[in-house]
Amino acid sequence: MIAGAALGLLQVFVVAAGAPLLVGVLRTLKARLVGRRGPSPWQPYADLRKLLGKDAVVSETTSWIFRVTPYVLTASMLVTALVIPVLVTRPPLGFAGNIVLLMYLFLLGTFFLALAGLDAGSAFGGMGSSREVAVAALAEPTVILAVFALALRAGTINLGGVVERVEAEPWLAVNPAHLLAFAAFFIVMLAETGRLPVDNPATHLELTMIHEAMVLEYSGRYLALVEWAAAMKLFLFLTLLANLFFPWGVTHLAEPVPVALGLLALAGKLAVLTTLLALVETSVAKLRLFRVPELLAGSFALAILSVMAVFLLR
Amino acid sequence: MARLGYALAAVLGLAAVGGGAAGMLGREWTLAVPWLVPLGGLELALDPLGGFFLALVGAAAVPASIYAIGAAGGAARGVGAYLVFVAAMCAVPLAANVMTFALAWELMSLASYFLVLHERERPESVQAAWAYAVMTHVGLACLLGGMLLLSAWTGSVRFADWRAGAPLLAAGARDLAFALLALGFAGKAGVIPLHIWLPLAHPAAPSHVSALMSGVMIKLGVYGLMRAGVDWLGGGPAWWGTALLLAGVVSAVVGVLYALVEHDLKRLLAFHSIENVGIILMGLGAGMLYRQAGLGGLALLGLVAALYHTANHAAFKGLLFLAAGAVVHATGTRDVERLGGLIKRMPWTAACFLVGAAAISALPPLNGFVSEWLTFVALLQNTQIAAPPLNLVFALGIAGLALTSGLAMACFVKAFGITFLALPRSDAAAGAREAGPAMRAGMALLVAACVALGLGPTVVLPRLAAVAAPLAGAGAPARPALGDWLTVQLSGDFASLSPLAIAAALTLGLAAPLVALRLAGASRRRRLYETWGCGRMLQTARMEYTATAFANPFKRVFDFFYRPAKRLDIEFHPESRLFVERIEYANPTRSIFEDWLYRPVLAGLHAAARSVRPIQSGSANLYLAYILVALIVLLVFA
Repeated sequence: MIAGAALGLLQVFVVAAGAPLLVGVLRTLKARLVGRRGPSPWQPYADLRKLLGKDAVVSETTSWIFRVTPYVLTASMLVTALVIPVLVTRPPLGFAGNIVLLMYLFLLGTFFLALAGLDAGSAFGGMGSSREVAVAALAEPTVILAVFALALRAGTINLGGVVERVEAEPWLAVNPAHLLAFAAFFIVMLAETGRLPVDNPATHLELTMIHEAMVLEYSGRYLALVEWAAAMKLFLFLTLLANLFFPWGVTHLAEPVPVALGLLALAGKLAVLTTLLALVETSVAKLRLFRVPELLAGSFALAILSVMAVFLLR
Repeated sequence: MARLGYALAAVLGLAAVGGGAAGMLGREWTLAVPWLVPLGGLELALDPLGGFFLALVGAAAVPASIYAIGAAGGAARGVGAYLVFVAAMCAVPLAANVMTFALAWELMSLASYFLVLHERERPESVQAAWAYAVMTHVGLACLLGGMLLLSAWTGSVRFADWRAGAPLLAAGARDLAFALLALGFAGKAGVIPLHIWLPLAHPAAPSHVSALMSGVMIKLGVYGLMRAGVDWLGGGPAWWGTALLLAGVVSAVVGVLYALVEHDLKRLLAFHSIENVGIILMGLGAGMLYRQAGLGGLALLGLVAALYHTANHAAFKGLLFLAAGAVVHATGTRDVERLGGLIKRMPWTAACFLVGAAAISALPPLNGFVSEWLTFVALLQNTQIAAPPLNLVFALGIAGLALTSGLAMACFVKAFGITFLALPRSDAAAGAREAGPAMRAGMALLVAACVALGLGPTVVLPRLAAVAAPLAGAGAPARPALGDWLTVQLSGDFASLSPLAIAAALTLGLAAPLVALRLAGASRRRRLYETWGCGRMLQTARMEYTATAFANPFKRVFDFFYRPAKRLDIEFHPESRLFVERIEYANPTRSIFEDWLYRPVLAGLHAAARSVRPIQSGSANLYLAYILVALIVLLVFA
């Protein structure tokens, strides 16, 4: 019980504290790839600290929805960190739900954030909300099908079970069905976390942005929470990619040494994925908004192929 | 007087809940009055499935009636029809023979027809009631056809005898009976493409009636599908389940797509009813397919998912219709483009609508999430059926359900955000006042139901499993293992869920950042200022994003489905084209079903009617001649 609670806290701490570093490393890598020196990887922590110290400026048009949203968003990410196998295969809250729960926990955050975007009554916020929910809605089928392809083999949709199953058969990681599902999930990750080519996290040009337009009205501690939650979402999605598809190092023992090794393995896998993400982001241009559905349809096709491949190859 | 009538309906609802709960717990009860009606007499019987739907009708009628006490404000119009409506809906799941069923069913349809005609001064209402009457009677004709065929083949008008007699019928006969009954019931349930009446009729009725029509009346169509497909006819071949599953996917996706571009608040909700019936049918269709494959445990899971979503939809859709009714009551408009800012003027209604919106979007830990999760778990286990074409159908169902839930979330961001947030877009919205205590009490009851059904699946599921177990066929466990008080555990280690744990974790998660910010010494001050607008001078409602704009990405992505027509009329100043006097822009969508199905059918009907018109001259002599000819023909053939 106590060990379980400690593990849960550790998972939440790793996600909460590691997320800004992940974003910082990603920014540094991207800067280096285009020939700039870029900020230090620790810069996001400084940003958050600065934002926390500032007063929040809130539009007088807004309601309580606007003020509650950053907390709901953060809460949904923290709960997600308890549910998915970050360090151990069976995290303390792993029994509470599975991949379907994750999908809906992310939707919970999106729902409130999109409402907050509409709350201030500016056209930018509404535009961002509309686009964000469109992308989120179109990404859903791919998420569930990609995971279905994994569940087909594992015989369970509990994340811990999927991880254990892939771990028991390491060669599964190079199986075509597995790789197709990985590709589909990677594209969905780009869309859900607002990366290029779907959204540009670095832009502040109103007409091209999605996520940034929606949170335009936020400032001070509210903005800090929103940014932190966005970083956690990226961290969680990359962790899912790392641990569901390549579960090496995720332990089922709640003991210090295996958990520490798991942490190291996670750091290594995240480093690889972050590099991949930085390469993708520096080598593609942002898609026009109405081309994004084509990308998502492509990822959906990959997911369907992956499901079919499981049926054909079994 | 009117208040007394609604209070009576609430009492009737309570009694129905009590009776239905007894039925769910296994209490059997029958009532037969042979002399009361011809052809078999009046016969009522209570069994677990009927009990579930009886309790559902009652549980929805109580809050709706309490709400109506406040909403009707003593106006007498419609009270009688309302009482008949509630009573007839209670009778439908109890009916035990053809005549009783037909009477109860038709009474329900007629009473709701008069309720749809509530505002008979408005041409839209009259048209809606007309479409409703036509569609409901086409459905009735199908139902009676199926039932009469079954009566003739089994030699009995009692449903109990069909259960024994139907398995002995030829496969073709059972297929025909199922097709007719399914068409009739699916029409009442609003399954696409038989949905055409639903978005017209539901919004036209007063909101407490809309809540009942969407919440429970269309569910009686689902009841009929379960009763006919699984109970009377015993599951049938794989194509029955496949047809229901596919109809479910199409209804869910198409229903939510129409809802997305709909800006009439009550019509939007009506389209979501189509969507949710689709989700219910996915569970039911999956259950029938598993039953046919001999997988009793999974069949049970599919049926339970369908029943759970049926109850959940009654709760959250009832709530949404009541809250929408409060908005219409306060502002006099259903057009979301003329609303806005209501969260400050009607905080209670806004909070209730928000709970309903979150529940219907399946956000944890509310009730919609639990039943959609169950449906997913039921669909995801399809690999146990070793038939690749069927697996593909299931995969389609899984993807369709995921898309539906994403789009539903988007639609309710629009519905809540445009209606309740930001600045009011019209004087009517600016002057809105909060709903009265009775209306709020009705909504609060349903909020409680949404939360309870969301947090309590470990309590609800065993009850529903008891209802569905007799229907799940061979191999269904009598007491399925469903986990403990905290966790729902399905099919061994396949999937588990604990809404209580999620809710507790979310509460902690909400508190944690508050504490963390305090510890980190964050600023706690808040300054109010106007919305940032790129240096624009003043912030008015005209600067806000509209519902049309919000839905536009979807309109463009799914333009093959919406087939939007664009009309742009610009009137220039007579002196110079550089000055515009007036711009009118319309971007309406066109319905595939109206254009490609109903219009040709109606055109055909009109053509047929025109071609037989010449024989109607109006001359009595000619009619006498017709009678003579008919008589001679009959005598010749006799």
